[in-house]
Amino acid sequence: MPDPLVQVSGKAVPLALANVDTDQIIPARFLKRPRDARYATYAFHDLRFDEHGAPRPDFVLNDPRFAGVPIMVADRNFGVGSSREAAVYALAALGISCVIAESFGDIFFSNALKNFLLPVRLPPETVGELRALAEAGVPMTVDLERQVVRAGNREHPFTIPAFARTCLLEGLDEIGITEKHLPEIEAFEAATGRA
Amino acid sequence: MLGPRTLFAKVFDAHTILTRDDGQALLYVDLHLCHEGSFHAFNALRAAGRKVRRPDRTIGVADHYAPTDARSTAAIGNDEIRGIIETFRTNMRANALRHFDLDDPRQGIVHVVGPEQGLTRPGMLIVCGDSHTSTHGALGALAFGIGASEVAHVLATQALWQARPKVMRVELSGLLAPPVTAKDAALALIARKIGTGGAAGHAIEFVGEAVSAMSVEQRLTLCNMAIEAGARCGMVAPDATTRAYLAERGVAWQAAWDALVTDDSATFDAGTALDVSELPPMITWGTSPEEAAPVNEGVPQPDATRDPAAARRSLDYMGLAAGTPFADVTVDRVFIGSCTNSRIEDLRAAAAVLRGRKARVSAMVSPGSTGVKRQAEREGLDRLFIEAGFAWRESGCSLCVAMNGDVAAPGERVASTSNRNFPGRQGRLARTHLMSPASAAAAAITGRLADVREFA
Repeated sequence: MPDPLVQVSGKAVPLALANVDTDQIIPARFLKRPRDARYATYAFHDLRFDEHGAPRPDFVLNDPRFAGVPIMVADRNFGVGSSREAAVYALAALGISCVIAESFGDIFFSNALKNFLLPVRLPPETVGELRALAEAGVPMTVDLERQVVRAGNREHPFTIPAFARTCLLEGLDEIGITEKHLPEIEAFEAATGRA
Repeated sequence: MLGPRTLFAKVFDAHTILTRDDGQALLYVDLHLCHEGSFHAFNALRAAGRKVRRPDRTIGVADHYAPTDARSTAAIGNDEIRGIIETFRTNMRANALRHFDLDDPRQGIVHVVGPEQGLTRPGMLIVCGDSHTSTHGALGALAFGIGASEVAHVLATQALWQARPKVMRVELSGLLAPPVTAKDAALALIARKIGTGGAAGHAIEFVGEAVSAMSVEQRLTLCNMAIEAGARCGMVAPDATTRAYLAERGVAWQAAWDALVTDDSATFDAGTALDVSELPPMITWGTSPEEAAPVNEGVPQPDATRDPAAARRSLDYMGLAAGTPFADVTVDRVFIGSCTNSRIEDLRAAAAVLRGRKARVSAMVSPGSTGVKRQAEREGLDRLFIEAGFAWRESGCSLCVAMNGDVAAPGERVASTSNRNFPGRQGRLARTHLMSPASAAAAAITGRLADVREFA
C-alpha cells in the first residue's frame, strides 16, 4: 500500500518555463536505468548540468535556496510529450511531491496521480503569483483534503478528480480496486464476444 | 435511447464496462501493445505478485532500443541497451506473450507494425506505453498512450480507468498539393491553429476533403502528430480507403464498422479548420512542434509567434537568428524514420527526390518496419537511397528518440522526419528541424533547409 498523501507543506521552487516536456524532465538516455536514487541526478539533467557535469549556476534547481523543497511551481503545459513515467520518478527522487502549473500534459497528469505526486492546476495569474512567492522563499501548503493551496495569506481552490483524490488521501492501490470489478470485466467479455 | 454521437463517443461507449459516480469509466482494452520500456510495469506486476490476465491481448515488439546496424542482441556493444532488450524478451516469454523480436520479419516500430500486420482495426480500443499510440486512430480505433502504472493496470486487468475526454473536430478542407503531405498539414495545424497544448483533454476527429483523400499511411502520420497538439488521441472514420488497406492485410470488413462515423447532428466540444489547398511545405525552426513555419517564410521574428519568450529561448538553442531564410540554414545530418514518417509511401516520396542526386551531408534511413524495408528493397528504393549516399539501416525508433545508440552530436543540426524537436531529443544539444520525408530528402541533397517543390 502506498503512503497516503494528504498535504504538502514547505517552500517551493519556481520554474518559469512553458512547455517543459518530459524529455527535459528526464532525458531519454537515462530511461534504461532501473528506478533508484540516481533518478534525482537524472531529473532536469541537461538543464541542471553542463556538458562536463558541472552544475549550471543560473538554473533554478541549482539555487541552494530551493534544495530539497517539496513543491514546484511551473508554468503552462508542464510534462507534455513522451508518456515516460520516469519523468514522475525523477521529480519524486528530487523530493518533489507537488507540481503546480497552469496546465499539464494529459499523460503526465495521470502518471503523477498514480505515483502519489500531486499535480495542481490553477489559473495563470494564480500560478504567476505563487511563483513570485516561491521566488521570495514564502512557504506554502497544498491541502488535498480541502483542495486549496495556502500561500501568503490567501487560499486558492483547486480540484483533483474525485476518485484519484480518494486514492491519494487513503493510500489506495488502484489495481486492487479494479480487481474488485473483475466480475463486471468478465461479464463484459462474455457479453461482447471477448471471453 | 442514445442521441446522435461522434465516432469517438461510439467507440468509447462500446468499451465502457462501467462508469463511476465521479465520471471515470472503466474501459475494456482490446489490444495492448508494448515495447522494451515496459520493464517498469512488469517489475511492478511481479512485485505485487500479479499475473497478466489476458496474455492473448498483449503483443510486444522491440523498437525503442533496437539497433539499426544489426539484428541480434549479441551485436549490441552497450551493456545497458543489450540488457534492456534481453529483459524485454524475458518478460515476454515469462508471461507467454506474443512478441516480434529483432530478427522477426514482423519486427518494426510498434505504431508501424500494428496497422501493417492487420492488428489495428476499426472500433478497437488500443493502448501502449508510448504517447504516439494516437497513430492507430487513423483506422478508426480509439488509441492512446499510457504510463507505466497504467501498463501494469492493463496487464493485470485488461481494463483502464479514464475520464471521458472532450472531442475536437478538426477539418482539413481543400486538397494537399503534392509534394505537400499530411506531415506538413499536421505541423501547420499545430503552429497556426491548435498549439502544443491546445488539444489537451481532447480526442481529435480529423475530417474534411483532404483527410478523405489521404491514404491510410498519410492518416497514420496525421493521427501520430495529434499528441503533439496535446490530444489524447486522433481518429479518422473508417471508409473505403480503410477497407482496401485492411483487405490487403487479409482483414475482412465487418458490418459493424459501417456505423463508425459521426452522426450528422452530433456535436463536438471544440473545433478548428484549416484550408490546406495552398499550404506550402512546413519546417520547424524552434524546439516545440508549434514552432513551425512555411518553408518560404523562414525563421520568424519572436514577437510574431505564439509565445515570444519561448521563441527567443528556442532560437538561442537552435543557433538561429530571427528573419533568416530557411535556405540559408545548413544542416549536418538527415534522418528519415520514426513512427511518424517511415512507411513505404514516405520512403517512395523521399527516394523520388533523391533519384540521380547525391546527399551532401550524413544521412540515414531507418524503415518503419522490417516489412517496409523488404518492400522498399523489392521496389529498388534501397538502391536510390544508397546511391544518394544514405545509410540504409534496420528498423527501430532510432534517431527519433535517440535511445538505441543512434544519436546526434552536440550542436549538430538534423533535418528529421520525426515528431519532436524538443531540446536534446536527438542527443544532448542536438538541433532538430521537423519536416516531411520529401523535404528531408531535399535537405540532404542541398545540405540546407530546402523547398522540396524545387525538386519535385
